[in-house]
Amino acid sequence: MSKQRMLLIAAGGSIGVLAVVLVALGNPANMGYCIACFLRDITGGLGFHRAAPVQYLRPEIPGLVLGAFLASLATREFKTVGGSSTFTRFILGFTAMIGMLVFLGCPLRAVLRLAGGDLNAAVGLVGLAAGVYIGIIFLKSGFTLGRAVPQSQGNGYLFPALMAGVLVLLFAKPAFVFFSAEGPGSMKAPVLIALAAGLVVGVLAQRSRLCMVGGIRDLIFFRDGHLLYGFGAIFVAALLGNLVMGSFNPGFAGQPVAHTDGLWNFLGMTLAGWASVLLGGCPLRQLVAGAEGNTDSAVTILGLLAGAAVAHNFGLAASPQGVPVAGQVAVILGLAAVFAIAVVNRPAVVTGGVSIGK
Amino acid sequence: MANEVDARGLLCPEPVLMTKRVLDNITGGTVQVLVSNMAARENVTRLAENKGWRVEASQQGEDFLLVLNK
Repeated sequence: MSKQRMLLIAAGGSIGVLAVVLVALGNPANMGYCIACFLRDITGGLGFHRAAPVQYLRPEIPGLVLGAFLASLATREFKTVGGSSTFTRFILGFTAMIGMLVFLGCPLRAVLRLAGGDLNAAVGLVGLAAGVYIGIIFLKSGFTLGRAVPQSQGNGYLFPALMAGVLVLLFAKPAFVFFSAEGPGSMKAPVLIALAAGLVVGVLAQRSRLCMVGGIRDLIFFRDGHLLYGFGAIFVAALLGNLVMGSFNPGFAGQPVAHTDGLWNFLGMTLAGWASVLLGGCPLRQLVAGAEGNTDSAVTILGLLAGAAVAHNFGLAASPQGVPVAGQVAVILGLAAVFAIAVVNRPAVVTGGVSIGK
Repeated sequence: MANEVDARGLLCPEPVLMTKRVLDNITGGTVQVLVSNMAARENVTRLAENKGWRVEASQQGEDFLLVLNK
């Protein structure tokens, strides 16, 4: 087995185990790690949405970014680049977040939910694969967001610095930040443990190139299952962990921070998968790329944050009670927006403008 | 010159896709691939090696040059 694959399995296995540990130490069930949920909590913690149950400056996210940042510095892989359809990436991040908050989780949490026995997540994962498949059709027909070019080195430090700022606010607790008194946002592992877990996951994700969407994409596209080993390792480790902890409860109804509306679980993740494949990776991968100096990915994260703010301020996000009608409309509009972006960024359309590359 | 792939500044899967398009149309020879990040370097290398190509990588300024031989 290659070194890269062992690294990937080690990374996936560690993330699966850490996710179960974080839940045991206080994080919401089946939410040891969730990029979408934690970005949503941070959005609320900063006051950009006012949904009281989901506000907290989750240290796992800045920890992950800083871990990946330090790993990329240590390996001299840090490189500031950007300029690949940046605003379009913001919109794709925004729409992906709407889809994920209708499903209630990112691709990573979908795997963790399944490992906890939540069969709604299986529906979501099938939807995710469908979205990835649609995205691949567009990639095959020439879809591209164009090339990123080198930028001044300092620009790449802004995103890790922003994340360090979130940590400062977490510890300083100024009056303007919000911490949930009840609900998922109030359920949290001890700060330093969550931060350490984030750092570890960040280093491992950076070294292994772990990507949830990439795994499905490469299997369908190139018959290459490499990245799926990471996916599989997360699932197996979290499943074993849940069995040991007695927190494996198979079924559809009554699953933690989840709803049973299959159609919207499916379509929400279709939207997330389609947008992510056009972006070149899942939210986890975007965080890592942002940490490595990709300023387009940093803007994508801002798009995810903006999507979370809108989803909760305008009642689009799902809850265990189900998906509001406004959220259903938002997913349909999101699919239409991603379709439009996918159509206009094919070469037949692009060649009329600036020629790129060769 | 047909056997050159310039995938600088692109995120996966595009570098892999561009390389695959070239490799699928030839049975052997030399193909040069330019990529800008380690993920692309690893993914293109994996694709080529799975298809039986030998891969030599070198740093070229800020980018990586992959020379594929079969």
